[in-house]
Amino acid sequence: MADLVKFTINGQELEAPAGMLVIEAAKQNGIEIPSFCYYEGYSLQAACRMCLVEVEKMPKMQVACTLPVSAGMVIRTETDQVKLARKSTLEFLLTNHPLDCPVCDKGGECELQDMVFRYGAGESRYTETKIHVNEQQWSPVVFYDAPRCILCFRCVRACDEGMGVSALGVINRGAQSLISPNMGDHLECDECGQCIDICPVGALTSGAYRYQTRPWEMEHVGTICTHCSDGCKTTLGVRNDEIVRGNNRDRSGVNGEFLCIKGRYAFDFSESAERLQSPMIRVNGKLEEVSWSKALETIGKKFAEVKAKGGKFGVIGSNHTTNEENYYLQKFARQGLGTNNIDHQRTGDVVTLVDALSGTTGRLAKTEDFYERKAVLVIGADLSAEHPFLAFQTRANYRHHEAHVYAVTAEAVREDNMATRSVRVAKGEELAGVEGLRDALAAETELVVVFDDSIKGDKVRSLVAFGESLGIPVSYCALVDYSNSRGAIDMGLVAELNPGFHATGTAGASVDEMLAANDLAALWVVGSNPLQNAKLAASRAFVVVQDLFLTETAQRADVVLPTASAYEKNGTVTNGCGEVQRLKRASATMGAKTDLEIIGLIAKEMGLAPLMGPWLPETVYAEIRKTVKGYDIPLPLVTIGAQQTAPVNGRVGVDSRPDLIRSSHDKLFTSGTLGRYSTVLNSVIEGRQSR
Amino acid sequence: MRYNPPSPLETPVLSRRFRLPNSQSIDTYLANDGYKAFEKATGMTQDEIIGEVKTSILRGRGGAGFPTGMKWSFVPRTSPKPKYIVVNADESEPGTCKDRLLIEFDPHQLIEGVLIAALAVGAQQGYIYIRGEFRYLIGVMDKAIDEAYAKGYLGDNIQGKGIKFHLATHSGAGAYECGEESALLESLEGKRGNPRIRPPFPAVAGCYQSPTILNNVETFCAVPSIILNGGLWFAGLGTPKNGGTRMFCLSGHVNKPGVYELPMGFNLMRMINEVGGGIRGGKKLKAVVPGGSSCPILKADECDLAMDYDTVAAAKSMLGSGGVVVLDEDTCMVKFALRIMRFYAHESCGWCIPCREGTTWLKKLLTRFHEGQGQRSDIVMIGDLSRNMLGRTFCPLGDAAAMPTIAIVEKFREEFEAHLDGKPCPHEKGSRLAA
Amino acid sequence: MTFSPELEARFEKFLAKYPADRKRSAVIPMLVYAQDETEAITQELIEEVAKRCGVTPLQVDEVVGFYSMLHKKPQGKYHVQVCTNISCLLVGGEELWNQACHKLGIGHKQTSADGRVSLEEVECMGACSWAPAVQVNYDFYHFVTPGQLDKLLDGLAAGKKPEEIADVKKVSC
Repeated sequence: MADLVKFTINGQELEAPAGMLVIEAAKQNGIEIPSFCYYEGYSLQAACRMCLVEVEKMPKMQVACTLPVSAGMVIRTETDQVKLARKSTLEFLLTNHPLDCPVCDKGGECELQDMVFRYGAGESRYTETKIHVNEQQWSPVVFYDAPRCILCFRCVRACDEGMGVSALGVINRGAQSLISPNMGDHLECDECGQCIDICPVGALTSGAYRYQTRPWEMEHVGTICTHCSDGCKTTLGVRNDEIVRGNNRDRSGVNGEFLCIKGRYAFDFSESAERLQSPMIRVNGKLEEVSWSKALETIGKKFAEVKAKGGKFGVIGSNHTTNEENYYLQKFARQGLGTNNIDHQRTGDVVTLVDALSGTTGRLAKTEDFYERKAVLVIGADLSAEHPFLAFQTRANYRHHEAHVYAVTAEAVREDNMATRSVRVAKGEELAGVEGLRDALAAETELVVVFDDSIKGDKVRSLVAFGESLGIPVSYCALVDYSNSRGAIDMGLVAELNPGFHATGTAGASVDEMLAANDLAALWVVGSNPLQNAKLAASRAFVVVQDLFLTETAQRADVVLPTASAYEKNGTVTNGCGEVQRLKRASATMGAKTDLEIIGLIAKEMGLAPLMGPWLPETVYAEIRKTVKGYDIPLPLVTIGAQQTAPVNGRVGVDSRPDLIRSSHDKLFTSGTLGRYSTVLNSVIEGRQSR
Repeated sequence: MRYNPPSPLETPVLSRRFRLPNSQSIDTYLANDGYKAFEKATGMTQDEIIGEVKTSILRGRGGAGFPTGMKWSFVPRTSPKPKYIVVNADESEPGTCKDRLLIEFDPHQLIEGVLIAALAVGAQQGYIYIRGEFRYLIGVMDKAIDEAYAKGYLGDNIQGKGIKFHLATHSGAGAYECGEESALLESLEGKRGNPRIRPPFPAVAGCYQSPTILNNVETFCAVPSIILNGGLWFAGLGTPKNGGTRMFCLSGHVNKPGVYELPMGFNLMRMINEVGGGIRGGKKLKAVVPGGSSCPILKADECDLAMDYDTVAAAKSMLGSGGVVVLDEDTCMVKFALRIMRFYAHESCGWCIPCREGTTWLKKLLTRFHEGQGQRSDIVMIGDLSRNMLGRTFCPLGDAAAMPTIAIVEKFREEFEAHLDGKPCPHEKGSRLAA
Repeated sequence: MTFSPELEARFEKFLAKYPADRKRSAVIPMLVYAQDETEAITQELIEEVAKRCGVTPLQVDEVVGFYSMLHKKPQGKYHVQVCTNISCLLVGGEELWNQACHKLGIGHKQTSADGRVSLEEVECMGACSWAPAVQVNYDFYHFVTPGQLDKLLDGLAAGKKPEEIADVKKVSC
């Protein structure tokens, strides 16, 4: 930290670290200096000239966004000269900016509108013709309306520096300058929408959101993205119980304002016309809509019957449901149905990692470590495609802190561009590649190691042994696929593990074993699609499926129950780094119920309500706090920010079954079964195929 | 050879070889003091070379007039990065055409100046950034560079003295903004010619973010004479604080337009009347642009002054790039202001708002005004908008557009008033829409 | 993309001028010289230059639109550039420009139907003391009179080379 220096702004004596930019030093002290082009975290432009201030002993006004504070500096931000400069810059800006605010998506939350309101003139002196350029569509997601563009170059930097994609540039010169997409007339990029989000005006607009609503008609609900396991907070704009927008402008959450295409747009599966809205029962081989009471009664009776006969149950949980739902489901299975045959599709070997780190604390990497630690080693994963936020963090770390990045992968990855060293290995040979980096890594002062399912079972132990032998602090992250894959393990949706990584003693059947068991009497699938690529061997098994859609698995069901999506419920989820965050209900789908409520209602039908307790997320969470080690975190803390759980630090003592661990390696535009129902993701995929 | 006859009033220093036959060739150069300054400089320390340049009071000939010796002294002595010498031959300030001559008729003088600069800071690579329109000059320069390599004045072991220096030309492609040193460096790196945030200045982080000496052609060309004859000699040619001679480019309504090398501080009226042969057609002088289009215009009665940086600055204009544009009494100042603004609007790089939007607005306004569609309030607004650019833009281009415009409106307001109410332009014969 | 051996040799020289990791520096010189051969900057050329200089096509395209000499539209065999900036303006540059447009029946950045001559009103070309000035391709013409311009344009339109036109001499070597 640089030494503090004293300076004054508007006569107020202030302190800030020497070298801090005047615009930042002012902000820290509650003094706003307006700007368009200055954007924290991205390179300096000094282009918009809105932040001109007077500095004593300097003949001309200075741009506060490139001027570092120094001792004794006397700065004035509200003099007549400064005010006139702002006013005239805005007057200049408005000469070619169309005044189509009434129909502009940005109207109401436009930085240019706000600036003109605060600093601009009430009338315009401009009477010449304006430059017009037609609007262009660059991708299913991105539209560019050039006349509105004020050329602040935020989008260019967000794409280049933030995303490492460099899909946007500037063409032409002077007043004819335009932002241009990398393919001339269209974009080929991550479609993350950061350029749209960061645009201070309505020049870049979203194909998903444009002309949908006025911003003030929406309520804004901050919740957690349900796609990958990075756990980004997304703030959903909701109008009349319908989600119309996702962004994270308030920068709360682990992700700041970062969102990828899924977090920003792929909430749309939740609004899909294909959502199930009524329970269904199979009658004469066909699924027919029935009432909730009829469906629940049918399930209750059948489950009780199977249980009474000692029949074999199989329960498959989800990678997307809440911790409360997962906990409640495993409790129902183990205590209500008396079976350990409960599992979920396993996507990463957290279990062996926790076991290998037994006896240590603080060795599981946090999300912030990717931004703050001096070195990051990526093994196996195409991080930018599979875990865009962790990649973004790493990139920012490289940019801001010159972090050293290492990549050991089979294919070329975007991380190569900033890597100190990239190593290409054959699939399965990742550890050999890592070993080759030993000297370089040992020379680092600290390290974050992140790995996908190419490292599982004993390979995790070898990797940890390698890390421990480096003689530097190392923290680890075992990547998993979806928003609550990690929570599913923590909550005991695992045949060998009770909640909190406690061995069950006798292991139940895994998903694969349930599907293969000829004698399975009842299969209960909650938010999972195991039959997408597999067959159910037990042809006479009674199958109950809770889902949003009529998936391959639901089509095989005897009873289908429509459930609420992650955006339609409250609860908590745990991201890949083990950080618990809160889901907040943003919208609702008529006819659907949350999985928690459904599980509770089935329990009630079976007379198990006293055992299960109320199906309120808060109540279940309270029970989790008491029973699951590491989760004793008060809800208010979870609400205000991610809290990393601290799982057992003793031996886990089970075989993690590497054979069952299979990541689906969803890339930017796929997201398991959910992704198939996202119009935006599909339109991008189709757009690419049609080119 | 040159494109205009010389004047007996000239003090040929940089241009002294122009009249020699085959002045471009290294043989001519060597036979006329060529590379002797370099020889001498190899026996001097870096401090001595820079000291000599400081003593000469050579000030940057590109326009800003920054003391060259001081600029060189800002290059860090020790740097882990290679150092570069970059020549700004992107001559494009309207009214200026001297660097073209210096390269065309004495390219080795430039090479020698660059070599001495390289010795002064320990650079091993140089680039001459030549505006793309001067394609033939790239040929001239490349040929001279080849000759210098052949005679051992460039290469890995220059004259067997263990000195390494390489030099190459680099073509621009049409952008006035690239005359601004940091924009030139961006362009040299293959990018859009947008200026860079300064500091850091090129002396510390210039070409490829390495320490760089970047000067105008004329500045480098003065160096061999300074080293050969001494800084004091050069300083003595001019006025105090303004060393040496200057290549003045006399253009416009004079009888004998041309590029003339005159001592710093030469009187402007003498330049017009005695060097330039007076105003064409016996007309009266109306005004003079003393140093390229970006300099505030001087009215006829302000022109009796010494042409050095400080005297012209005291008259609230600038000596600039040496482009002296002379206007007679029949010149329409509205049209003149419009043409200047059209230029800056065309050349604005688009990076910052006040310049990008301001020049475009003013161009449209002045166009309308000149066509007779102006209103009285527009006259105030022209000055107002110009002042709203002045001092607030990213680089000096905004100032370059604002300063002459402000001066013209202030000094020739009556001409603007004469265009009001749809009246025909008093200086245009026939239709007022002739423009 | 293939170029003439001369242009290839030139490219090779360009790439050798700059440090090995600074090939991007060659982008602008390559484009300026290549467009003379390819007649205009095509998407193919952009991609080729990008490949050779180790940058993205977008990075090349950003440059193309910035520099006024780089053109995506083919110009005439003879590109006649008339300067109308201040020094030329004062001594008839604008009249020359109007004369050229009128004579050829084309305007700024337009090309005659037969593709022989194109016109451009250009900014200061650095011939201020010898104004008014005209450039045909890269050759300078100083102190141009309306009569000379007429002969020049007539000659070019009639299929002559500039050097074959009497009374109109380029000045540069």
